Amino acid sequence: MMAEQILLVSGVQKTFHSEGKSCQALAGVSFAVAAREVVCIMGPSGCGKSTLLRIIGGLDCADAGSIHGISGRGGDGVSAAMVFQDHALFPWLSVEENITYGLRLSAQKESKEETQRRTAELLSLTHLDSFARSPPHELSGGMKQRVAVARALAIRPSLLLMDEPFSALDTFTRKELEDEILRIRQELKTTILMVTHNPEEAVYVADRIIILSERPAVVSEIIPVSIPHPRSPTNPECIRIRELVTLKCRGGPGLIGDEVGYQTPVL
Amino acid sequence: MVLISRQKVREYGKGLIVIVLLLVAWECAALVIDNNYILPSLTEIADVLFHPAQPVLGGESLIANTMVSLKEVLTGFFCAAALAIPLGLIIGWSYEVQAYLNPAIQILRPIPPIAWMPFAIAWFGIGINSILFIIALGAFFPILINTVDGVKGIRVRWIEVAEMFHATTFEKLQTVVFPGALPRIWTGLRVSFAIAWMCVVAAEMLPGTTAGLGFIIMYAYNLGQLDVIGAGMVVIGIIGLGADMLFRAGQARFFSWEGKE
Repeated sequence: MMAEQILLVSGVQKTFHSEGKSCQALAGVSFAVAAREVVCIMGPSGCGKSTLLRIIGGLDCADAGSIHGISGRGGDGVSAAMVFQDHALFPWLSVEENITYGLRLSAQKESKEETQRRTAELLSLTHLDSFARSPPHELSGGMKQRVAVARALAIRPSLLLMDEPFSALDTFTRKELEDEILRIRQELKTTILMVTHNPEEAVYVADRIIILSERPAVVSEIIPVSIPHPRSPTNPECIRIRELVTLKCRGGPGLIGDEVGYQTPVL
Repeated sequence: MVLISRQKVREYGKGLIVIVLLLVAWECAALVIDNNYILPSLTEIADVLFHPAQPVLGGESLIANTMVSLKEVLTGFFCAAALAIPLGLIIGWSYEVQAYLNPAIQILRPIPPIAWMPFAIAWFGIGINSILFIIALGAFFPILINTVDGVKGIRVRWIEVAEMFHATTFEKLQTVVFPGALPRIWTGLRVSFAIAWMCVVAAEMLPGTTAGLGFIIMYAYNLGQLDVIGAGMVVIGIIGLGADMLFRAGQARFFSWEGKE
């Protein structure tokens, strides 16, 4: 049943040092991601979720452990692209130019025709056709994040890394983009690894939810979500998993849950 | 749209009132003093200004002298920009380079360019080369400092995006650092153009020059022709204002994205 494995994270450790103090963020995180999976990473806030994603994306280095499957510059393995929480669009480029940014760099250089074709494709995939020439600051928050997604998808990554991509958006826009992510996975066969702090979001999109423990983080639990799409938030199974995830991210049953009179769900 | 332009007219109108008052005060003072060697009347200054193609003081015309100065300013200004922008990008990018160069820059920066004139003459001789050196020196530091600040102000996230797409160091500088710092670089260019314009007039006043606005001002001074001096000053002021307006228009046209994300 398990498809081809696309990413293998094993024993990743990371300690930050600043002003003589050191703080261990990751204490040996291991998990695998299969092709075309949507995996959400969750955990108590400040547990190192983003750090882990940055290490997988190559923006930070791990102190120990290894990441298998992601190619670096010119290496083999799959390509990864990242979407940041704050979209990080280049304000001096138009929407179209932002999307093609990766394709204009030597590492992913493509022919002009191919770039044009690709841009048109992505603009229509993300419903941005009529804004191709607009500067990013004329766009709404949700549209900006769509551009960021299109920019990441432009280089045809096998793995899309998303760091709390929708947390700055309002509920309706977020829902819309979550659907879009599922559609993109369907159409482009992209594997998605997403950090989120929103249990509802995780249950809505994920095939599996990886829960990290408190700092220093290890994988405390992996929760499979095998509910067919589209998932209704009122589906009892969805509610069950959402409650479970919420509890786990708060520190587990009997810890904080009891203090606030939280009812431990029947598992 | 009409409202905006009306507002603008009102704003400019206020400024214009003060200018007219200053001119009236000048003219009154000139009438009272009635001495051309102390305060020439506006009509005499205007007379020189309205015949810009006529030879001034037996030499070249006002236009020809203005062109000489403008050409010198533009040459020195572009030389300064060609050096200061790449250097500023490197200093802003590399802490190592900054550590080496910053103290020297901070010591050299406050020295008025004109103070270098004796050295300039010793190294480049009397004439155009010394003047260009002084202009370039005056224009260099504002561009450099603003470029460095512009690079420092670049969001780390933008660089990370470039890194994520495996950009080379050169590509990062070319596609993120330079365009991201450009609004500040532009500000540096605007400031330094004004300084270059001051430098050219000062440098042309020194002995050995034979043309330019600074030259005719100094030459007119030696001949006691204060109306020519006044006319030269008006031209300097107007060109300075025009350049500043061009830079501002460029800022509004190309860098309206600044601060809006």
